[in-house]
Amino acid sequence: MEAAVDRPGPMARAARLMVDYPLIPLVGLLVGLVAVLEVMQPGVVNERWLSNTIKFAIPLAMLAACQTLTMLTGGIDLSIGTVATISAYVTATATPIIGAPGAIGIAMACALAVGLVNGIGVAFARVHPLIMTLGTGLIATGFLLVYQRSVISTGTEYPALLVWLGTGRTWGLPNGLALFVPFAVLILWAQRRTGFGRLLYAIGSNEAAARLSGVRVWQVHLALYALSGVIAGLAGLLYLGMVKTASLSLALPLDLPSVAAAVIGGTSIFGGRGGYGGTILGALILTVLATMLTLLQMPEGGRRILYGAIILAVTALYIRLTDRS
Amino acid sequence: MTLDPAPPAALLDARGVAKRFGAVVALRDASLQVAPGQIVALMGANGAGKSTFVKILTGALRPDAGHVRIRGQDSTVASPAGARRSGLVPVYQEPSLIPDLSVADNLRLGDTPVDRFRHWVTELGLPDLRQDAMIRALPLASLRILDLARALAAEPDVLLLDEMTAALPTDLVARVLAVVRAQADAGRSVIYVSHRFTEIAAICDRATVLRDGLTVGDLAIEPGIEDKIVEMMLGSAISAAAAPRRTARTAAQQIPRLKVRGLATGTRLTDVSLDIRPGEVLGVVALEGQGQDELFDVLAGNRRATTGTVEVDGRPMTFAHPADAIAAGLTLVPGDRAHALLMQRSVRENIALPLLARFATWGAVPMRDEQARVDAAIDRLQIDTRAQGEVRRLSGGNQQKVTIARWIAKGVNTLLLFDPTRGIDIRTKRQIYTLVRDLADQGAAVLFYTSELVEVRLACDRVVVIFGGRVVDLIDAADADEPTLMRAAYGLTEKTGATA
Amino acid sequence: MKRLIEANGWTAGLVGLLVLLLVATKLIQPDFGISGLDNLARSALPFALATVGMAVVVIAGGIDLSIAAMMAVASVTAAVLMDGASDGQAVFAVLAVLVLGLAMGALNGALIVLTRVPDIVVTLAMLFVWQGVALLILNAPGGGAAPWLRALIVGGVTLPGVPAALTEWLPRGFVFLAVIVAAVWWPIRRSKLGLMFYAVGSDPQAAYRSGVPVGRVRVAAYAVCGLFAALGGLAVTMATGIGEPIPGPYLLASVAAVVLGGVVLGGGRGGILGPILAVLILRLVRMDLTLMSVDPNAAAIVEGLIMVAVVMFGGVLAMRGARHGSRG
Repeated sequence: MEAAVDRPGPMARAARLMVDYPLIPLVGLLVGLVAVLEVMQPGVVNERWLSNTIKFAIPLAMLAACQTLTMLTGGIDLSIGTVATISAYVTATATPIIGAPGAIGIAMACALAVGLVNGIGVAFARVHPLIMTLGTGLIATGFLLVYQRSVISTGTEYPALLVWLGTGRTWGLPNGLALFVPFAVLILWAQRRTGFGRLLYAIGSNEAAARLSGVRVWQVHLALYALSGVIAGLAGLLYLGMVKTASLSLALPLDLPSVAAAVIGGTSIFGGRGGYGGTILGALILTVLATMLTLLQMPEGGRRILYGAIILAVTALYIRLTDRS
Repeated sequence: MTLDPAPPAALLDARGVAKRFGAVVALRDASLQVAPGQIVALMGANGAGKSTFVKILTGALRPDAGHVRIRGQDSTVASPAGARRSGLVPVYQEPSLIPDLSVADNLRLGDTPVDRFRHWVTELGLPDLRQDAMIRALPLASLRILDLARALAAEPDVLLLDEMTAALPTDLVARVLAVVRAQADAGRSVIYVSHRFTEIAAICDRATVLRDGLTVGDLAIEPGIEDKIVEMMLGSAISAAAAPRRTARTAAQQIPRLKVRGLATGTRLTDVSLDIRPGEVLGVVALEGQGQDELFDVLAGNRRATTGTVEVDGRPMTFAHPADAIAAGLTLVPGDRAHALLMQRSVRENIALPLLARFATWGAVPMRDEQARVDAAIDRLQIDTRAQGEVRRLSGGNQQKVTIARWIAKGVNTLLLFDPTRGIDIRTKRQIYTLVRDLADQGAAVLFYTSELVEVRLACDRVVVIFGGRVVDLIDAADADEPTLMRAAYGLTEKTGATA
Repeated sequence: MKRLIEANGWTAGLVGLLVLLLVATKLIQPDFGISGLDNLARSALPFALATVGMAVVVIAGGIDLSIAAMMAVASVTAAVLMDGASDGQAVFAVLAVLVLGLAMGALNGALIVLTRVPDIVVTLAMLFVWQGVALLILNAPGGGAAPWLRALIVGGVTLPGVPAALTEWLPRGFVFLAVIVAAVWWPIRRSKLGLMFYAVGSDPQAAYRSGVPVGRVRVAAYAVCGLFAALGGLAVTMATGIGEPIPGPYLLASVAAVVLGGVVLGGGRGGILGPILAVLILRLVRMDLTLMSVDPNAAAIVEGLIMVAVVMFGGVLAMRGARHGSRG
């Protein structure tokens, strides 16, 4: 152990605070962004805006959960956008034929299937998750397009439950929270207080050491990616209820932002560090950011540039402040 | 700070070096002087600031205060290349060759003169080295030699060797020491960072001792100086005499906890048979690469044997995965802490890891039970958890304790220790010996591989010597002095039927 | 000898696969000939250039998710500069775009080194930035391309003094690719910089201790990737005659080709030839499927399946290799 600890200066104390409680700077950033928004257009921050922001952040936050969990093990899941899209599309097009429960069942089965394939590839063939999930995403897209051809004439129907979850409002808050809050609580609890959650951190930190301690890593990978697929499927259902369109590229634009949300939230892409709490804040930050950029009335190009620059700036700042080398 | 007056023409002169990382002060006032043709040992317990000091000397870190002068020129540069230019060439503990390149490519990369390199490689005992050999394919001991040869080929004024002999078999150690001494005789200087007293006594002229970030002593090496040095490192008068020798337990009638017969893996392990009884500490001694790595790997379930049997408490077992071995009570503490620890996670998470490993434990964690077990383990091993947060921040000794604590928390049945005291300070080493004896007294069986022959008598009851992948001798601890062990390790005493 | 086979076994396998596919193509469409090869070359060119760029960065231990976006920037810049420009000005435009590519790549690399944010995250963020830049330059497909530039990759090769029949079957697109790779990559590969790419990809700590300026080497690797991205974007404009601000499917394709080509994602191992062969194989598969009138969506399934199957197979092989590995 290193020699005696001297009294730290204020800068060092602030940095240590942020290391120990990494959510604090994120909350600060979020509040700061909202404040800037209010300054830019006074009055924009009201109950309705708040409700809408939360509503749109929820699917992003759910997809970002997939990324958080997989990134903890040093992996990633780039198939979730496709899985969510498939889940939504299948539900919308199968409901008129076999009713809502059946359609949702099939949609979730598809999501689970993709997740299992990912899990098998990563667990047994040791394929790098980036490649594996890109590949299954591509294959799944192909299947989706083939499926689309065969249901092109059947029309679409949106299950009432999903619409209620997606667009309804109770006591001023979006109904989606009825799904999201239990979901988030479950994930937050599971990541630190269950064996499975701890193993994710362990495998991400040092897979060889985990193995030597008796962890059968393949089991964890298989379960992890299957879970990721299921979560993506759920997110797709919710998103369907929100936008009420059967689109072939529904959730694809959320693919990369889901990674961004997890990263901004402090989950390391190398694994072993981070958590869902930060990710939720990251999703909120990104959603507020999107609102800000719309308000700025910039051309699309300018908005994209700012989006990317801010993601980079936030993560760079975070790393600088919590540098543990 | 007590300094014997430094020779006026010091080749390397580091004075008043201080460094802090945030709130942690690693060095307060460290100094080191090396005259031309001198070999100076740099010593200190883990946590004394040695590795920080080495990094500053080699240019990997800038000091907050103080200076490093080589031949009078300020060489407090912030890069290894810069330090090299001023004449100081280090050989680090970790190999610095690129794994996916060949030897020749590595030389090209570092602009190393090839013929000088080859000269040294031959001098150091590896004349058959192929230039196109892939680094990845070479054993660790060879890589260390290559690093040294590369450093020597640069014709350094000051050579800094950090735990040079840590992973080397005895024969290569002898060559290294001879070459290093020759360097000094030729007028060059060497800074020799090491924990090994025998080597330091053999080649070093002086020793600089660090403690708590300060240089507390700079003495000439004489016979019997070890006690004084240990006292300086520990800060109190602790005798360096051997801890009480373990008395052998007579338990010949008991069923062995672990019974190994004819174990082979088709590479370096050819035919090992041994017994360990409950309550016994069985030492393993071998030169590098004689099959001991594989033996431990097989017993831990990390590798499959091609032939042979393993019986635990009389029942034959085969392990397909470490989880199987752990279920049978065999737990491994690997030689490399980097293989055992989750560096970014906390001490508690590391210790609790095996408790959560099985599928059955994927559910909610029983927090109170876990807390109790972890606390008990931390207590027993006296782990210093003051440096909160990541295990990465602990000293080497404390990290090693964490790897052992993990199995204390889970419950020790048969403990496989692979070189557990490598690169650890004396205080922690003693604690580990005591712990091992306590565990054995409580009924555990321990297999203890060590590369430091002196340890055998301090911790073991009996010792097997492995050479060429088979057991060549089985010695009682009472008779296990260094010369005996050394001869056996070289295969000079071939005995059959080494199981008792 | 064994080592030679080991090292090049993967590439040899790819060559064999390519030959098989060409034979299959000929069987599917008996009059597949010069124009068919020409088509293949022209459609594969942007993919191949993107793949080379990605391969360089991956060898150096990184990855660049913004490559398709950089190609878009190059494509629209070239189209805007060349629109209505004279031949001479077009040359200047090409040079400007190449320099732009180097700059974009270097910026990516510099941000990665200076901010210490992982490469995936930085290039992900830069993906948005470069997308935005492309849209600002040209918010819809447009612009133009110099005719002589387009002719560079259309048709077969004609050399003075050599009968046309001998060289005509060789598509200019391939020659263009070969010349560029030879001119840019070979010198690098043989030089110390190339060695440093491999060193940094294999073990950055060891490289640092060996005196390699790791930061600068990584910036160089990303700059080279940017250069090839610019060439790829140019190729897109050359092929279509206009600039395209929306990035094409080059990211996924280049990563897939790099992996299929035998380059390890962790860095330090592999070459350029393998990925180029892999790109040709993938494009040829797609072409064959189109010739067989297979639903293009099903074609995507097949492509994905091939990629996943090969990569899984490669992963299993790598595991076996490691088990019987040399370090014992």
